[in-house]
Amino acid sequence: MTVSTAKPTRGKKRKRAKGVGTGAPPWEIIALFILPAFLLYTIFMIWPLFQSLYFSFFEFKGLARGGFVGLRNFHELFTRYPLNEQLPRAFWHNVYFFIGTMLIQNTMGLLFAKLLYASRFGKRFFQTVFTLPYLISALVVGYLWSLMLNPLFGPVNQILRAIGLESLARPWLGDPATALPAIILVNAWQWVGFPMLLFSAGLANISNELREAAHIDGATSWKLFRHIELPLLLPVIGIVTVLTFIGNFNVFGIVWAMGGVNGEPAGATDVLGLVFYRTAFRGGVDAFGLASALAVLMFIFIFGVSMLMLRYFRHMEENLT
Amino acid sequence: MSQHIHPSSRRINLASIGANVLLWGYAAIVILPLLLVVSNALRPTREIFKNPVGLPTSPSFESFVKAWEEASFNIYFFNSLLITVASVLLATAVSALAGYMLGRYKFRGSMLLTAYFLAGLMLPFRLAIVPLFLLLNDMGLIDNRLGLILVYAATGIPFSIFILSSFFRQLPKELSEAARIDGAGEFTIFGRIMLPLVRPALATVIVFQFVPLWNDFFFPLVLLRSTDKWTLPVGMTRFFGEFQADWSTLFAGLIITTLPLIIIFLLATKQIIAGLTAGIGK
Repeated sequence: MTVSTAKPTRGKKRKRAKGVGTGAPPWEIIALFILPAFLLYTIFMIWPLFQSLYFSFFEFKGLARGGFVGLRNFHELFTRYPLNEQLPRAFWHNVYFFIGTMLIQNTMGLLFAKLLYASRFGKRFFQTVFTLPYLISALVVGYLWSLMLNPLFGPVNQILRAIGLESLARPWLGDPATALPAIILVNAWQWVGFPMLLFSAGLANISNELREAAHIDGATSWKLFRHIELPLLLPVIGIVTVLTFIGNFNVFGIVWAMGGVNGEPAGATDVLGLVFYRTAFRGGVDAFGLASALAVLMFIFIFGVSMLMLRYFRHMEENLT
Repeated sequence: MSQHIHPSSRRINLASIGANVLLWGYAAIVILPLLLVVSNALRPTREIFKNPVGLPTSPSFESFVKAWEEASFNIYFFNSLLITVASVLLATAVSALAGYMLGRYKFRGSMLLTAYFLAGLMLPFRLAIVPLFLLLNDMGLIDNRLGLILVYAATGIPFSIFILSSFFRQLPKELSEAARIDGAGEFTIFGRIMLPLVRPALATVIVFQFVPLWNDFFFPLVLLRSTDKWTLPVGMTRFFGEFQADWSTLFAGLIITTLPLIIIFLLATKQIIAGLTAGIGK
């Protein structure tokens, strides 16, 4: 899950190079060490990814591959009912999911990191507690909260009624207007520890001399944060944004648990991951061709946008230095 | 130090009170639902429906027994354990070998190979499910735990090589040279000298692979058919349909599924945090 773009500093590199042996062993030995990982990784991960591209141009009849059909599978994705309606709807739900997560989960993560950076006491405790839900399966988190949000016996509505906010009690997951926002919040509940840890590590990397210099110049805490810490956190913000984007466009288990395979109610929580699964394994006889085409489009979009984001953040960093 | 920077210490107090309220408030939002799960698993469904938030009057483990035996959690649990442990061990073993070679030596194509492995960190490999399904079908490995283990091991390789090769790289050269003079072969140097030295990295890699594989839902959903081979997350979907009205058992099921991870977390908080922040630095 964790992708790093952090570069080692020059000094570190030189120090590390010292430990590396210069005389490489004969190639048979090299091959013995590398081949097991290479084969496993290539056969079960890289090769199927390339095959997806190839298969997207073929017609399938069940498990059997038929003839070359050009772009027909891609065309079908956007013209065949109900895919032509479900696909754009699911796409916008993913966009909404990403924006919501950036605004809620990652802002909270930054806030917690900043608060914990300042406090000496209890830092480890809070970090541990906030990271705890990350451990739980997305499916378990989804089921757990669907019980919590149950309109009849769920504690959430019960608590709202008890504190006099009866008007707020509602069937959270049964109402198309609140179902997706509820899932976004539950997802943030699970993941907020992750941006928090990354931002904490980023804040710890900023030298204290800079902070002291700013204090001496009379900067307030807010100004220190806004003009010194935030710009220096840009690389981490970049990584968090890209990982959130990739994670949110692959979201699957939590939505399945809270909205089912069809993204209930009435498709209000349908996302690309569910559409992809249904297309591949609950579709018609030519499902595998269509699913391959959809995989290719999703791959290009997710990978392409991630690259653009990384480039954009690198560009912003360069402008600052 | 902060005293002469901010002349008004009253404002600092207010700010720190605000910070504490936020931190404790959110900690409650994390912990209370988890406590409620435990509490509700220990009391009968009747009681839960009467009063969703409450402590058990006479705690009973009946729901756990029911989930374990009647809802087949014993089978799912065994499958999850077998598949996860086997995948993690396989991926760690092959990644340690490759990570050693890529971290210690420069040879023709070593940079390219490293980049090839690390590219896997960014690839949404779930999208390869259709060709993967066909490949495993040709190999006779659909509805077979071995098929899932091979796929899982492959997905663990990029992260494991990323961590392990950077640890191997930092070990001093003198160690292996002394051994080589004594006539030790490459495998001996690797197994006897280098591997024990990267134990912390191995722990990070093992823990960090274990969690997502234990929790994964997508691959077993697609690759396993018969219920006696299902892992916990897939079993959970059937369980939530069948035991809809039996909340006490549902809560017990959630706990059984999560318990091994809680134990790992308590034992290895450090490794988990190291894995989550890998590459950011301290």
